[in-house]
Amino acid sequence: MTTPPARASETLIAENVSKTFRLPHEQVNSLKERALHPFRAKRMDPFVALDHVSFSVAGGEFFGIVGRNGSGKSTLLKCLAGIYGTDEGRILLRGRLATFIELGVGFNPDLTARDNVIINGIMLGLTPTEARGRYDAVMDFAELGEFEHLKLKNYSSGMYVRLAFATMIQVDADILLIDEVLAVGDVSFQQKCHEVLAEIRKRGRTILFVTHDMHTVEQLCDRAILLERGAPLELGDSNKVARRYDRLNFERKSDLKRKNEDDPRHGTGEAVVLDAWFEDEHGTRTATVERGRRCTARVLVELCEPAVDPALGFEFGSEHTPHLAITAEVAAGSFAAGERIELEAAMVMPFAPGRYTLSPFVRGADAQGSVMDRRDGWVPVTVIGTRGAGGLVDVPSEVRVRQMVVP
Amino acid sequence: MVEMTGPSATSGDWRRFYHLTRTLAVTDFKVRFYDSALGYLWTLMKPMLFFGVLYVVFSLIVRVGDGVEHYPAMLVSGIVLFFFFSEATAKGVTSVLDRENLVRKIHFPRMVIPLSGVLTNTFFLLLNLVAVFVFFAIDRVEVRLSWLQLPVLLALLFLFTIGVTMVLSVLYVPARDVKPIWEVLSQALFYFTPVLYPISLVADQNERLAQLAMCNPLAAIIQQSHHAMVDPDHPSAAAAIGGAPRLLIPLGILVGTFLFGLWLFNRMAPRIAEEL
Repeated sequence: MTTPPARASETLIAENVSKTFRLPHEQVNSLKERALHPFRAKRMDPFVALDHVSFSVAGGEFFGIVGRNGSGKSTLLKCLAGIYGTDEGRILLRGRLATFIELGVGFNPDLTARDNVIINGIMLGLTPTEARGRYDAVMDFAELGEFEHLKLKNYSSGMYVRLAFATMIQVDADILLIDEVLAVGDVSFQQKCHEVLAEIRKRGRTILFVTHDMHTVEQLCDRAILLERGAPLELGDSNKVARRYDRLNFERKSDLKRKNEDDPRHGTGEAVVLDAWFEDEHGTRTATVERGRRCTARVLVELCEPAVDPALGFEFGSEHTPHLAITAEVAAGSFAAGERIELEAAMVMPFAPGRYTLSPFVRGADAQGSVMDRRDGWVPVTVIGTRGAGGLVDVPSEVRVRQMVVP
Repeated sequence: MVEMTGPSATSGDWRRFYHLTRTLAVTDFKVRFYDSALGYLWTLMKPMLFFGVLYVVFSLIVRVGDGVEHYPAMLVSGIVLFFFFSEATAKGVTSVLDRENLVRKIHFPRMVIPLSGVLTNTFFLLLNLVAVFVFFAIDRVEVRLSWLQLPVLLALLFLFTIGVTMVLSVLYVPARDVKPIWEVLSQALFYFTPVLYPISLVADQNERLAQLAMCNPLAAIIQQSHHAMVDPDHPSAAAAIGGAPRLLIPLGILVGTFLFGLWLFNRMAPRIAEEL
C-alpha cells in the first residue's frame, strides 16, 4: 500500500502503522507454580492490534477514530501519541502534539489545585513559566477560583473533572489526540466539552478523537476511520463511517436470528414461500436497512398446485405493532404446479430505526382469498439511521415551502 | 514534517527533560515533606533512630567503637550516606510501576522517572547532612580543608545510585522478583560496607578481606568520607585497598554500573508502557 506524498496542508500522516502485542499464553501466578516450574519460558502469543493502518489528517480537521471494543482504536491513538512504538510503518507530524487519554493525568491528591494545574501543564508539554502564566485562565474556566488552595483530595468528583478539563484545554498544541475523555461528566458538562472542542477547532487546531458514540462522530467530525480487528474498514466522510459502524454492530446480532425454521407457518399448502429477503441498493442481501434509503424486499414462491391469479406479499410488524403495513400484488395468469414466482418490492425505507419482522405470504387473488402459505415473522430486519424528522413512519410526500406575501 | 519516534529513554528536547525531572522530583519531595504532621522530621528520624540503636549496641555492648576516633560522627555520616543509597534504590525498584498512569498515558522520556526519584532522595540527603554537621560539632570533629572532597564523593555516590536504580526499575517491569532480591542484597551490602565498624578492624584480622571489601564502590566512598570528613586517622580509601591504582576497581565498577544501567534502560524503555 502506498500513500501519496505529503501535501502542504497535511498535519498528521500514518503510513502502514502496524502493532503486534505479545501476550503471555500462560501466566505463572502462584508461588507453588513458580516453585514447580521456575524457569518455564512464558509462551508469548502474538496479537495483532493494528494491521497496516494508513490515513492522513489535514490541518484544522476534526478526525474521528471509531470501532468497537478491542478494535484497536486506543492502541492507534497511543501509537500516534508515541506511548507505544510501532512495529511497522511510520507516523509523520507537523507541529506540537498533546495527548489526552485520561483527564487529570499526573494529578496528585495531596497537592493543591494550583500545584496540580501547573504540574499537569508541564506534563502535557508546557514550560513552567507558560504553565504558571495560564493558571488564572484555567481557574476562571473551571470556576474554581475560591478553592485554589484546597488539596485535590478534598475536591468533589465534579470539581475534579472540571479542573482536569480546564487544565487540558489550556495546552494549545497544534494536534490534539483525545480518547473518550468526554465520556465522563453529566450532560451539561459534555455539552460544554463539545462547545470547547468546536471552539478549539475554530482556532485551526487539528483534533483526533476516539469514540464509539456515533452521534458525536456525526455532529463533530469531518472525517473518520473505522477499525475492526485492527484493520481499517472504512475511511472517509464521518456520516458514512458512522453508518458503517451501525451496520457492523447490528448485523452480528441479526445474523444469528435469521430464518428460524420453527417460526409459525400456516396455510393450505397449495403454494410455499421458499425464501424472502432484503437487498440494499447494490442488490446485496442484508438484514440491516437504513432509514430513507432505497432497498428491495423479495419473496420467492413455488406453486404446489395449479393456481390462477395468486397474490404474493409481505407484512411488516414490530414488537408493539404486529400489523404495521402490508404490501401485496397479484401475479396475473394461470400457473402450473412447480412453477416459481418472485415478488420484488422496491421501496424507500420509511420506518423509524428499530427492529422489525417481515412475514411473507402467498394467497388467493383478493384480500379475502385463502392463505396458501404464510411464515410469521420469518425475516428479521433492523432499520438504522439518524436521518428523518422523527416519528414512526416517513410518509412519502412531495414537500414544498414558500414564503407568502402578506397583503 | 517530523517522524514520531515512539517512546524511549531520553527522546525529546532537553529542556522538556529537565522541566519534567525537576517537576516530578520537587513534587515528590513536597508531598513527602508535608504528608504527615511531622513531615520532614520522620525522614530525619529514621537514620537517627537507627544511629541511636547502632550506637548503643556497638559502643556500649559489643564495643566496636572503643578506641575509634569520633566513632559517633563516623557512624552517623556513614549511616546517612548509606541510607541515601538504600532508600533511593528501594523506592527506585518500583518507581516505573508507581508512575504507571504517566507511562501509559503521556509521551515523555522514560529516564525522567528513575532520575527524578533519585533527585528527591538527594534533597533529603542534603537536609540530613545538615544534621550530620550538627553531630560533627557536638563530637568536636575538626573542620579541615579535606571536607571539600565531600561534593566529589556525593557526586560519585549519586552516579552509582542512579546507575543501580536504572537497572532495578526497568528489570522490575517484567520480573517482579527483583524487589525481594534487592531487599536482601541491599541489607547484605550494608554489613559489607564499613559503616558501623572501622575498616581497620577487618584489616587487623585479614588484610586481603579488607581490600576485597573496598572493591565495593559504596565502601570506597564511605571509607574515604571517614578519612576526609571525620578524622585523618581513618585510613583513606586508597590506603585501605592497598594503593591508589587499585581504586580503579571500585571506580570501574561504579562507572560500569552506570553505563550498564544507561544501556539497559535505553534498550528496554520503548516497551515499558505495553509490558506494565
